[in-house]
Amino acid sequence: MSTDGAAIIVAPTRVGRRSRRRVPIPIVLALLFLAVVVFLAFFGSAVAPINPKTQNLNASQLNPSSHFWLGTDLLGRDIFSRVLVGSRTAMLGPIIVALGAMLIGNTFGLIAGYRGGAADTVVMRAVDLMYALPPLLIAIVVGGIVGGGYWAAVAILVVLFSPYDARLIRGATLEQRDRPYVEAARTLGLPTRRIMVRHVWPNLLPLVVANTFLNFAFALVTLAGLSFIGIGVPPGTPDWGQMLADSRTLIFTNPWAALGPGGALVLTAVSMNLVGDWIYELLSDRGRLR
Amino acid sequence: MQPSLKLSSVADLFGTQSQSSRRPTSSWLNPARGALLFAAKRLLGLAAVLLVISFGTFSLLTIAPGDPAQLLLGTRQQSPAVIHAVRHEYHLDRPFLVQYGIWLQHAVHFDFGRSIRTQDPVWSDISSRLGLSLFLGIYATLITVLVGVPLGVVAAVRQRKLVDRGVVALSVVGVSTPAFASGVAFLYLFAVRFGWFPVFGAGNGVVGRLYHLALPAVALSLTVMALVLKLTRAAVIGALEQDYIVFARARGLSERAVLSAYALRNAAIPIVTAAGAVLGALIAGAVLVEVAFTLPGTGSLLVESVEAKDVPMVQGLTATIAVVIVAVNLLTDLAYLALDPRMRFGVGAA
Repeated sequence: MSTDGAAIIVAPTRVGRRSRRRVPIPIVLALLFLAVVVFLAFFGSAVAPINPKTQNLNASQLNPSSHFWLGTDLLGRDIFSRVLVGSRTAMLGPIIVALGAMLIGNTFGLIAGYRGGAADTVVMRAVDLMYALPPLLIAIVVGGIVGGGYWAAVAILVVLFSPYDARLIRGATLEQRDRPYVEAARTLGLPTRRIMVRHVWPNLLPLVVANTFLNFAFALVTLAGLSFIGIGVPPGTPDWGQMLADSRTLIFTNPWAALGPGGALVLTAVSMNLVGDWIYELLSDRGRLR
Repeated sequence: MQPSLKLSSVADLFGTQSQSSRRPTSSWLNPARGALLFAAKRLLGLAAVLLVISFGTFSLLTIAPGDPAQLLLGTRQQSPAVIHAVRHEYHLDRPFLVQYGIWLQHAVHFDFGRSIRTQDPVWSDISSRLGLSLFLGIYATLITVLVGVPLGVVAAVRQRKLVDRGVVALSVVGVSTPAFASGVAFLYLFAVRFGWFPVFGAGNGVVGRLYHLALPAVALSLTVMALVLKLTRAAVIGALEQDYIVFARARGLSERAVLSAYALRNAAIPIVTAAGAVLGALIAGAVLVEVAFTLPGTGSLLVESVEAKDVPMVQGLTATIAVVIVAVNLLTDLAYLALDPRMRFGVGAA
């Protein structure tokens, strides 16, 4: 994807030294943070100290206190609870986008790279199109005009993310296609599908796994951007992007109403990106040692 | 064909090759012809892309829920006679492809009809708000290039040192921070808390503009900078690993000469070719930034129009943005041609 694709550029670095090292501290922190967010995505409403939808107009725009940890918004709802519960839309949609794009992208990419032909043309042309309009923009226009809410936005993003994944996988497949092990498998008379899925694909795993994490982070940011401008989640939903939009005007009274969800969003995306980069280095190193 | 360096270089940078067959064309002896052939190919490809996008853009009216005629009427009175008149005015009684043809014919003359919301001609609304967005975009681009490229180069040269780690961290944070989040944070910090910058308004005159748009431009450039940083760093590291660098050093050239004459010159190619992707990120980010800072640009116009289901305006904006991106892509290709002699001889043309 455009920002998208670029989100997954991992610069070539000296490799080989890192493989036996223990997990770096930033990665530990990122993993811990992600674990918390995933936990909250499931149990957020049970953990939240105050019902995130309870309005209290007498307690509007309060500053952080022992009762309202991050203060309240215009309608007197507790920001902290809303941030906790907001993990749900922040996790669910991006996971579906990342996995969906991975599935479609890998299928098309493998076929395009290994077989070439029509699949190749389709993949390359689709990406050409994507370059002319950024995914977020297409999602704004289509999601906004057609409507359909959060799940429609998620579906649109799956479609928009796939071509980039396909192109990435296609490139990596092309590189594997002429390797001796593929030739050996072919000589053994294995069916093409088996070679693609059982032989070539496992060799792309570092790329696939890392890319899925980076896609997740990008999908999170994109979906939040959509809900920031009012596309996707219905009004009133505790969602980080929408909370940011609602509390833009509160920066004079309770800035935490904006900084809370914004911080949660950025920290989650940073963690995902860090873990993605780390997994890529880890897996590609292991491959080298084998 | 897309020069595969574009962002399939994502794959390249992962250490994988995405270049398929490289066959020298018959024109490899004649630089001018090679360049022309390349430019013509790209031009055709981009024209095809624009055509497909225009089709998609036009179809918006059809895929929008409800009767197109009612949609075009907006909230105005809807007697059957009026609906009939609108249907005729917008040629909705004609076959779909004919409708598209008529629309396209008008669109190439910047005539996208009238906005449902404001009743003004679409193009006059767009052009009146384009200036601010262009200013913001160029402003952010300048910041990005002037800060991002040198930082990326420094990071690459001092690989694994503190500077490098800082730059890598910055690019991870940048890529994870949507412009609207950093925008709101900046607004609070620098406009409300410290009072250094105005909270709203776009400013008058060039100096006023520069001052008023400073926060939006920095917020916007942060996202894009992450991309430029990563690309520059990766490109320079890639260039530094080449044999000709070793050779240049062996000849006793100063490190400065090696860097500027060999590494940077070669690293420039992937950096420049990524401009298209960078522009996409910039435009997407600008939409969010304009909303976050309540700036009256084309980005916020797009969001307002989408909210109001103002299809003609959305069509006009989408087409305009696509043309801008395609134009920049074309310029990028030409720059590519200027930077890489192999392209001029048609050797590298995939």
